[in-house]
Amino acid sequence: MSVKALEKVAKKFASEVIDKHSNAGDDTLIVKRAKIKEILKFCRDDKELKFEFCMDVCGMDYLGYPNQDRFEVVYHLYSVTHNHRLRIRARVPENDPVIDTSVDIWPGTNWFEREVWDMYGVKFKGHPDLRRILMYEEFQGHPLRKDYPVNKRQPLIGPQN
Amino acid sequence: MQEVVRKLPTSTMTLQMGPSHPASHGTSKFTVELDGETILAIDIEFGYLHRGFEKMCENVTWTQVVPYTDRLNYVSPLINNVGFYMAVEKIAEVKVPERALYIRTIISEMSRICDHLTCVAATAMELGGLSIFFYMIKARDRIWDLIEDITGARLTVSYVRIGGVMNDLPLDFAEKWKPVRSLVLAMLHDVDVMLTKNRIFIDRMRNTGIINGETAMAYGLTGPMLRGSGVKFDIRKASPYLVYDRVEFDVPVGAKGDNFDRYVVRMQEIKYAVSIIDQCLAQIPDGPFITDDPRLALPDKGSVYGSIEGTVDHFMHIMFGIQVPKGEAYSYVEGGNGELGFYVVSDGKGKPYRVRVRPPCFANLSALPTMITGALLADLVPTFDSINMIGGEIDR
Repeated sequence: MSVKALEKVAKKFASEVIDKHSNAGDDTLIVKRAKIKEILKFCRDDKELKFEFCMDVCGMDYLGYPNQDRFEVVYHLYSVTHNHRLRIRARVPENDPVIDTSVDIWPGTNWFEREVWDMYGVKFKGHPDLRRILMYEEFQGHPLRKDYPVNKRQPLIGPQN
Repeated sequence: MQEVVRKLPTSTMTLQMGPSHPASHGTSKFTVELDGETILAIDIEFGYLHRGFEKMCENVTWTQVVPYTDRLNYVSPLINNVGFYMAVEKIAEVKVPERALYIRTIISEMSRICDHLTCVAATAMELGGLSIFFYMIKARDRIWDLIEDITGARLTVSYVRIGGVMNDLPLDFAEKWKPVRSLVLAMLHDVDVMLTKNRIFIDRMRNTGIINGETAMAYGLTGPMLRGSGVKFDIRKASPYLVYDRVEFDVPVGAKGDNFDRYVVRMQEIKYAVSIIDQCLAQIPDGPFITDDPRLALPDKGSVYGSIEGTVDHFMHIMFGIQVPKGEAYSYVEGGNGELGFYVVSDGKGKPYRVRVRPPCFANLSALPTMITGALLADLVPTFDSINMIGGEIDR
């Protein structure tokens, strides 16, 4: 069932697809970031796909991996109508970490995208309220990046006077 | 007089609630824009309990992650244990023995009961029903006694292992479950009598915090919140894991999606959870409780001290952990609050490359502004309670 969903999206956006696989039973589509909004919108609106849920949006940092962009934004979609799932991974380059927002497709991705920005420093173009969510506003850097030292301490910065 | 009232200068007020407020379980801060008592806008700030769960996981071996998962949703830590190892087992393609599957189902349902009890108890307490809190927490404590019998700890259990569980159920578990079971059911009846037709409780819960099914789905709501809005989605039914396809239970749904519906859904789910445990105890087969693959399971102490292979296995486990092949997997279990997802990526080097947890109450709480805007400030308390935000899970 869900392989069909994977094939359908891959066929429709053939020029955008970098790779696809179904390892461990999870259908995965790796795409370029340029048309991510159209892809996600298609996933939600198409009758045979009907992904009503965007269960999760998270970031990935592939630092030091050759031949691929450093960051990824990973979407986990679920359709309650057809009971199938799809994972979409969009590659985001290090020198321009920006991707289109999906808040206007699923309002629930608002906070998830804020978290990706907070943790990885990937910006979401068109996001209505892109603030940090778990860290405090004055925090320097993005802690889940692979080059952020695990033992680094930052003094809490008080209100500015 | 009318004229005077009309000319009164009014302005909106910004009210800070929290971060240390009795109704904000854990720590979360609300900045509420009020017109009189009506909420015009609300901003929720959390992260006070952030301890870098995902970052920590990337720097320890696969086995060392499990104590961290205990501290995610600390009301139902066993479900977190199960969820994390299900993702690892999905990548490593591990076969879990039958008995372990049943044990995992039993402990998951016990945790679900605890989770729902805590939520309903806190809701009732904050609406003035303190005795209900004591009734439910008493029942929860008896379940925690059972969990202590099984795992050796009440809260920080770290019980699940890759390919099984840490140890078998105690021999007298079925015997000990019986009085707890009747206590939980008797307590449910008492609470039902005291709350479900209680005028005050109904007034505070009915028609407050409404969210319809369509909006709920768009916000990624899962669990009792989604089912309260009338969407019949339960991972235990939609994609059965463990042994949920071998037990009978129903998925209760609400009609309106208000706080009262969510309360009813939770109360029903406690009943079904009790019945699932009964069915599991009737069906549970004998056999091993953990896989016998020496690359995955710790050897028993006898062979560690008695044979060179056992010593080597033990050393390799403790020093280097389990070797998980390269790959990625997203596993999802029905947690107390909804879909608890673990997205795990392995680069085959002995440590997780990435452990992402999808906390159900993160998505659930993100719908709070939609549910509460335009309502009264007093409605914030029951609505926030029925979302059941767990600090450890949302802040990670």
